[in-house]
Amino acid sequence: MDALNALIMLANFVLIPATAYGSQLALGALGITLIYGILRFSHFAHGDVMAIGTAVVILTTWGLQGAGVSFGVLPTALLALPVGIAFTILYLLAMDRVVYRFYRRVRAKPMVFVMASLGVMFVTNGLTRLLIGPGEQRFADGARFVISARDFRTWTGLSEGLALRSTQLLTVVVALIAMGILFYFLNRTRSGKSMRAYSDNEDLALLSGINPERVVMITWVIAGTLMCLAGTLYGLDKIFRPFTFFQLLLPMFAAAIVGGLGNPLGAIVGGYVIAFSELGVTYAWRRFAGYFLPPDWMPEGLMQILPVDYKFAVTFAILVLVLIFRPTGIFRGKVI
Amino acid sequence: MSEPFLIGDAMTGGYGGADILHGCTIAVEKGQIAVIVGPNGAGKSTAMKAVFGMLNLRSGAVRLGGEDITALSPQARVNKGMGFVPQTNNIFPSMSVEENLEMGAFIRTDDYAQTMEQVYTLFPILRDKRHQAAGELSGGQRQQVAVGRALMTKPSVLMLDEPTAGVSPIVMDELFDRIIEIARTGISILMVEQNARQALAIADKGYVLVQGANRFTDTGEALLADPDVRRSFLGG
Repeated sequence: MDALNALIMLANFVLIPATAYGSQLALGALGITLIYGILRFSHFAHGDVMAIGTAVVILTTWGLQGAGVSFGVLPTALLALPVGIAFTILYLLAMDRVVYRFYRRVRAKPMVFVMASLGVMFVTNGLTRLLIGPGEQRFADGARFVISARDFRTWTGLSEGLALRSTQLLTVVVALIAMGILFYFLNRTRSGKSMRAYSDNEDLALLSGINPERVVMITWVIAGTLMCLAGTLYGLDKIFRPFTFFQLLLPMFAAAIVGGLGNPLGAIVGGYVIAFSELGVTYAWRRFAGYFLPPDWMPEGLMQILPVDYKFAVTFAILVLVLIFRPTGIFRGKVI
Repeated sequence: MSEPFLIGDAMTGGYGGADILHGCTIAVEKGQIAVIVGPNGAGKSTAMKAVFGMLNLRSGAVRLGGEDITALSPQARVNKGMGFVPQTNNIFPSMSVEENLEMGAFIRTDDYAQTMEQVYTLFPILRDKRHQAAGELSGGQRQQVAVGRALMTKPSVLMLDEPTAGVSPIVMDELFDRIIEIARTGISILMVEQNARQALAIADKGYVLVQGANRFTDTGEALLADPDVRRSFLGG
């Protein structure tokens, strides 16, 4: 019984939240890895474009709520998603037209693209704050729990409760659907294959008659969709704040690099590796240990390896270790 | 005599800066094999790239079936029926063999299943490995993928830049056999080769280039028999 209680507790505080967080990171990292594979630069504006896309979703959600529209047990934000996705795609395509296309024409070095995306990041950052302000916004509605901790205890008679928030379940389901569609697209369709071909060997793709501008456009459309999804799911599950979204850049990049840059499967695995590490290292294991250790052996401390404030240090440490010992990442992506 | 099917006529040009080609002429007849040989730095690959439009000519012209295509981009020449197999990076390594062939047929809007079948008949090993990533294949098999990819557009001319670079002698003979087979189907072959002796043996026409200009031009057989060519380029 103790072991079961310990497992439930672990699921409640680490496994479920990390799976949800990992799915959000994976969606973001997928966008980063696709942009890196096709456009060959690290898209630093990723977090902030996610923020502005989510801001549009939030404003639309409020509009819908004001008009009395609701989506039953599901968050109203899901109804607002198409608007946000369309906006994000148009925003990215506009940025491509205004900024990146010029550098593609002059065949600029990747570093120039990175700096340009840094500029886009600052601009987007400012626009988001103008649009919705720098503060926190909550926009989750609908049913809060699929399983609440108290219900779980009553059903099972265990002393530990297991809560599954509807946003967590929603995150995982939406992420899985999005990944499924993405992989189908990349592996089964002509356009998807032409993207992989372009990522693999740009010159040969040109020789084969693949139109690079079309490939680039499809990439932005997919990345924009994933970014808006990731941002909205993160915002629903946790909180929306422009600065928090900017900070997500580090774990998302870490996920893409750990998995292997340019490799979509790697981005997904990387997302979960980062999420589980962050939560595992910053979790206080004292109560978990309490189920197994004799009372006399219980340590004084919380058995927390690092305080939660240092969760980015975990990400950073993983990133550094990977870059030193396996720069290609888990799935042999490209080396920066 | 009527003009050859594909001709790069008196081509002069380079990659910017000094010229590499100096009035160099390369031609191939329908269904024949033309081979460009010569010492390192003679401009063999450059001549081939010039025919394919990968460098700008200062003078001279390229004509395909009598049509002047000098101003066309490489992509446009692919649409005109030219297939090109680069020396390196000539496959999509992370994609399967079959996907490589599909990408070769990207510009085709009709059903290319039959062409793919022909490629598999020509290179049976590719059929066995069609779901394997092309980057995991051996050097000789990769070359087969590269040639197969170029054949997917059903080109009238196939241009090969050192197809046997880095493969074993046995694989080289095998590749040459396949190239002869391709030529027999009516496709003209223009290729650059380091293995001059073997290549000239299968060539209908041979071009020996030195410093970007034609030094000797004759049938492959005649070049192999020519004592000058033997002494200077074939090691006696």
